[in-house]
Amino acid sequence: MSKNDGKATQGKRQSAHLPRKRFYRARAHSNPLSDSHFPIPISPADVDYSSHYPHFLHSSKNDPDEDDLLPKISFADIGCGFGGLLVKLSPLFPDTLMIGMELRDKVSEYVKERILALRASNPGQYENISVVRTNSMKYLPNYFCKGQLSKIFFLFPDPHFKEKNHRRRVISLQLLDEYAYVMEVGGIIYTITDVEELGDWMKLCLDSHPLFSAILEEEFEADPVVKLLASATEEGQKVARNGGQTFYAVFRRIAPEDPIV
Amino acid sequence: MEEEVHTGEINREAEAAPALIAVHPLERSIALALGYELRVFDFEMDCAVTLTDEAYSPCHSDAIRAICFGANGRLFVSAGDDKLVKIWRTDTWHCIRTVCSDKRVSAVAISHDGLFVTFADKFGVVWIERLEEDDQGQASVDKKAVPLLGHYCSIITSLKFSPDGKFIATADRDFKIRITIFPKGPLKGAHEIQNFCLGHTDFVSCLTFICPPDCHQSFLLSGSGDATVRLWDHVSGQLLDTCDVGEKENLLLGDGRTPEVYLQSTRNGWQAGLLDSKEKVEYSAAVTDINALPDGSFVAAAIQGLHGVMILKCDVPARRLFIAKFVFVEESFVPTRLGLSSSAKLLWVVMGASNVSKVGVSKMAQLRVLSDLDKFLSNEHGDYPVILKDKDMPGGEKLLLQFQGSDHVTKQDAALAATATAVKVAMQNLLTKKQYSLEKRDFRKRDRNDRKFKKQQF
Repeated sequence: MSKNDGKATQGKRQSAHLPRKRFYRARAHSNPLSDSHFPIPISPADVDYSSHYPHFLHSSKNDPDEDDLLPKISFADIGCGFGGLLVKLSPLFPDTLMIGMELRDKVSEYVKERILALRASNPGQYENISVVRTNSMKYLPNYFCKGQLSKIFFLFPDPHFKEKNHRRRVISLQLLDEYAYVMEVGGIIYTITDVEELGDWMKLCLDSHPLFSAILEEEFEADPVVKLLASATEEGQKVARNGGQTFYAVFRRIAPEDPIV
Repeated sequence: MEEEVHTGEINREAEAAPALIAVHPLERSIALALGYELRVFDFEMDCAVTLTDEAYSPCHSDAIRAICFGANGRLFVSAGDDKLVKIWRTDTWHCIRTVCSDKRVSAVAISHDGLFVTFADKFGVVWIERLEEDDQGQASVDKKAVPLLGHYCSIITSLKFSPDGKFIATADRDFKIRITIFPKGPLKGAHEIQNFCLGHTDFVSCLTFICPPDCHQSFLLSGSGDATVRLWDHVSGQLLDTCDVGEKENLLLGDGRTPEVYLQSTRNGWQAGLLDSKEKVEYSAAVTDINALPDGSFVAAAIQGLHGVMILKCDVPARRLFIAKFVFVEESFVPTRLGLSSSAKLLWVVMGASNVSKVGVSKMAQLRVLSDLDKFLSNEHGDYPVILKDKDMPGGEKLLLQFQGSDHVTKQDAALAATATAVKVAMQNLLTKKQYSLEKRDFRKRDRNDRKFKKQQF
């Protein structure tokens, strides 16, 4: 947690300082069943791109007709935590807009501050990532149109061990309908966990869902994003430190087969 | 309000269940659900119907929350707080199947071919079960409802099949409408979402499909707590038009009449509406039910707080939905549900609630019929639609006696007003989120472990 202390103080430019995690401590769990006290866009058209990605809007500000050609968010990190994955992905795909979705208030505030600080100290970079505080289990279709996302991430989701809490799991047959809806055909869903039972569960859900199909071994090995799953986030690093095992389930969104049944 | 919130959780019995009505598509019968009672009247035999059930009790044991006819009138389904979904044959009014749900049921629908019954539970999951054609009431041991789709943690308020049977539309309390492809093998789940119809800014309370002539496809109408009725192209998810039924100023008539004349002619109606704001329960223009003729030529909306029925006109090619008329019924008459007789051109309006309290069960229902819809549609001179007198109603006195009890003879205004208030409270509890103040929220978290040790942090 003290890695941020090493950042050199650059005069009085507050924004250059990365936020200190200790001031953003929060419970690991947040109840996804409780209703929102945060604003939700009524439809994907109401998502405020100008506040999330000001840099991208500047360039085509002069031409209002260019609205449709503006890039849309393409990657979504569900439960992005402290933003580790987004920060690592940003330079790899500089022209792709990505968003992190986080339910916890303090944690999403932290990520906001972190992104602002990174943008300030690295001009021109990290403009393509942002975070929003929201309940993605209820409101995903409010943010993304049909077939909008090409990648969606679920890194170390809450296992909700008790059987009665299984319905709170972020990967379920029911919610996969919505994830499939916001994803384009050919898009990839990445999941990783250190809890074997949860890993089996997620794999089973994805296998059972008609709109997802497991990617091939070669593809898995070749994808540069896969390597980030275990190492980019704080949670992943903690697992590695403790020598834990990780379980992947990476699937592709496919077109529905002809309904013959 | 604080105490109400607290006791509301414990005393579920104090909640009133709004009265429901459903009309057989071919007008053979009419059903009224009031609390746990299901009252059915057969128009052809001109008498009340006795419901029978071999396996279980023919009665529900708790408030019925959803009823509808299905499969072109061959079947009828009722379900509610007793967690039972009962399917009836409408020729014999015998219960052919009783499906058990894990949770209370909030909406039901039968597929047009009569093969499947779908029902939504309070957790937002829609279940489906296959109905056998020649089922004689024999319960199959291995038959159990399977999940079809779900709105995560949201209460589904309306569940409808599109006229062509290709889609199933579900509306929830979190402002969303989901259009899902109804697959040929639905027991495996309906996983392909066609679209979300997003635009409402409050709970969506009702849905209905229309299929206007000269259009290749059907369209969807929805009513919501945001005081609008919206017209959607559900295949593309596009919002075609929004009709604001809440603002008085927006009451511009489509046929050119000025608002002034309109307001004058139904002054009683509007004044009655405004009077509600003096009551404890806030006047809200939430749309509570919507019904339309299949061709979309006539759309009726029941609006909370308005003592009558709002009639809308829908012009799909022009993408327009506008208020055509407001029909004032009478003081303290707040419609809870509407039923439409397509061929007879009658609109059935019911108001009522069943209130189970410590004192006992109190029920009241009032039925009215708006007739001459065709004269209204063809713009004939006169003040149409007309509210029928009791004796002129189909089923007449017999029907009223069965549905309303002997109360209809002596109109108890106070009782009516009390019912109206109870109904509004019921609708509010059902559909609106409970808003807790900051102190209340903190108070509710007092038993949480991390709160107990809060003082020790930092």
